[in-house]
Amino acid sequence: MTDQTTTDPRRYLSHLELGEPDKTFLDTNELVINMGPQHPATHGVLRVILKLDGEKVLGTECVIGYLHRGVEKIAEHRTYTMFNPYVDRMDYVAAVSNGLGYCEAVEKLLNVQAPPRANYIRVILAELNRLASHMLWLGTHALDIGAITPLFYTFRDREEVLKIFEKYCGARLTTHAFRIGGCLYETYDGFEDDVKKFHKFVTPKIDEYEELLTTNRIWVERTKGVGSISAKDCIALGVTGPVLRASGVKWDLRKAQPYAAYSEFDFEIPTCENGDTYDRYLVRMQEMRQSLRIIEQAVGKIPDGPIMAKVPKVMKPPVGEIYHSIEAPKGELGYFIVSDGSTQPYRVRVRPPSFVNLQALDLMVRGQLVADVIAVIGTLDIVLGEVDR
Amino acid sequence: MLASMFDGIKAYLFSGKSTPGQADSIPASLFWALVYILLIFLGLSIAVIAMNWLERKILAHMQVRLGPMRVGPHGLLQPIADALKLLIKEDITPAAADKWVFWLAPLMVVITAFTVFIVVPFGPAHAVTDMNIGILFMLGVSSLSVLGIVMAGWASNSHYPLMGALRSSAQMVSYEIAMGLAVVSAVLMTSLNDKGTGTLSMIGIVQAQAAQHVWFVFKFFPLGLIAFFIFAVAMVAETNRAPFDLPEAESELTAGFHTEYSGFRWSLFFLAEYSAMIAVSSIAVTLWLGGWLRPFTDWLSGDTWDMVFALIPGLSLLFLAGMCFYSTTRMPKHPSFRIQTAGLAGFGVVLAAAGVLLFVPPVRAWVQDIFWFSAKVAVFMYLYIWYRGTFPRYRFDQLMKVGWKILLPIGIGVLVLTAIAGVFF
Repeated sequence: MTDQTTTDPRRYLSHLELGEPDKTFLDTNELVINMGPQHPATHGVLRVILKLDGEKVLGTECVIGYLHRGVEKIAEHRTYTMFNPYVDRMDYVAAVSNGLGYCEAVEKLLNVQAPPRANYIRVILAELNRLASHMLWLGTHALDIGAITPLFYTFRDREEVLKIFEKYCGARLTTHAFRIGGCLYETYDGFEDDVKKFHKFVTPKIDEYEELLTTNRIWVERTKGVGSISAKDCIALGVTGPVLRASGVKWDLRKAQPYAAYSEFDFEIPTCENGDTYDRYLVRMQEMRQSLRIIEQAVGKIPDGPIMAKVPKVMKPPVGEIYHSIEAPKGELGYFIVSDGSTQPYRVRVRPPSFVNLQALDLMVRGQLVADVIAVIGTLDIVLGEVDR
Repeated sequence: MLASMFDGIKAYLFSGKSTPGQADSIPASLFWALVYILLIFLGLSIAVIAMNWLERKILAHMQVRLGPMRVGPHGLLQPIADALKLLIKEDITPAAADKWVFWLAPLMVVITAFTVFIVVPFGPAHAVTDMNIGILFMLGVSSLSVLGIVMAGWASNSHYPLMGALRSSAQMVSYEIAMGLAVVSAVLMTSLNDKGTGTLSMIGIVQAQAAQHVWFVFKFFPLGLIAFFIFAVAMVAETNRAPFDLPEAESELTAGFHTEYSGFRWSLFFLAEYSAMIAVSSIAVTLWLGGWLRPFTDWLSGDTWDMVFALIPGLSLLFLAGMCFYSTTRMPKHPSFRIQTAGLAGFGVVLAAAGVLLFVPPVRAWVQDIFWFSAKVAVFMYLYIWYRGTFPRYRFDQLMKVGWKILLPIGIGVLVLTAIAGVFF
């Protein structure tokens, strides 16, 4: 339990076996406790087995699968169109991004292009969804660390996003907002005004959250230096999204491989250096502001035109395979789809950011305290629906 | 014999003696002590119920929500409904628990929490007893409650409660020292009189503040203030409240040491927690904020001002009654709200009647001290709620750091400086 390198994978194999009791003074022993699957701070049904020495964490093991619904298998028995709503149920707090990734992947497979107007609508909704997702993250993360009030503020403001979704497509959470080839719904009357109003409403609110937390002594002490992870380890483990950016890697798929209409907007990729919980917090707060920037630009210049490309009624993509990934609020969300030329995909494999990011948990919490495990689970921003699929 | 006993009991009432212990005969002492204890028990239970409602309401309003609204007007009956629910819940003892200790732990906690109130001076004549070691007794007994918590954690035979209990014992032991140092510096101030004799008696401490014409929080500015501040931080830690609520950190240890408790036993822990909060707040009020003394005794002195301040208790109750009546007009007009509206108006009438009663001269004189004492304690109660709404939770090692590396050295420094200041000024 001295070094924190990831070079030797054998270290992970037997870390949960109880060591020999330490006979130095008192007959002490290590304590193995179960955190979850029913626990207020594991964000769903994550089960973490902790090996503790007092309050110090010696090792963890995540047990997942309590929310497994076999989404990928279901895809093999549904047509491409029919599978579309299922993806919303994976990361249910960022359903729009899930749908966007899937639709774009199938479009790539079909070799069609969504019209520009549809792309703008997609960008606006996806960024609104990023805001909603980050707000939910902030509220629950702060709650885990013991600040109960931000939760209610963020949920109040997230409600405004959900209202826009509801007006646009009738659903608040699992929106199913996009279709393969574009969007099904034209923007409703006053959509632009609503979005602009939301922009105006939420900008001071983000300052309000920051006022509560950013310089709060206890918050800084609880998050600074907690769950640090280096850029090298992040890349080795495949960690993406704000977690990677907080470690200093300027990697954002919206810039690296622009999809939808992202290449037309001017925004920055916020990064930090230390890769600890506080930095991840700062990065996400900055991301919320950048999302607002994108929304402001996009809503000002939505082009006219059709919202749906010409897509065959019965979709039979050519034989082949495709991998397409987007920058979901939690990281790189990828879809790998194999087509055998029929109406149903031969295989769909989702690369969920939460699942991959969760791998870093053990590395991040070793040698730290139980309270830090909670902070780190919160800062990884996992959604168990996406981890288990 | 009965007649003489009755005479003794009656004699005390008009004798102007300070506490029941000083009554002339033993039966009279016992009788009045019992009456006082019952009154305190009743008052404390009402205070805990009110605190429960207020905490939920105030916290809710800080968090842009309404809080309890359904049971009674503005949820006024919610705590009673909760208490009733807790009483009729099934009493579960885990199979692997140590039954006796499990049974004893909540009793331990609740007994210590209530026992400390026998020395709390609600007024010069309103205390069960005036012990000459009052403050020592209070600190000693209130720190016994940690034993109950450790017992609860151990007896549950479960991991989370055990960790909660360990955290709690470490925390309470650490903060007791900083707390004690702050208390000693206040006690030191009581010895600054002609005779040079200090006192540990709770009533004596307040009388010393009256004699020196200054609340100890302003004495040797800023020394008294710093000592008070140390105590104010340590007392939050001592009562396991946010931001030091690690032993029951909900997001980490589910419910800490009382995870396995439910129903009535859990409600005992709840009761004990809130009465402990009131107890430590009363210590702070007694030691630094002049106990039952009304504010501005020197600046706004004279009979006129005495009269004005004497009217405040009644006026504040009338104000609350007015709030009730105003809310009555804002209640929904639907017929199904008729009972609630009537109930709210009735509550207002009760408050108004109590307020008017407080204007009657003998009652006014009696109640004044209690009112000022309770008002000061109420400020602390509000602070507790405010902390909870604002601060994240400290981590265990940081908590220890604050206790040992910050509060303790400052406490020692303040103590030494107070002693020096006492000699030279």
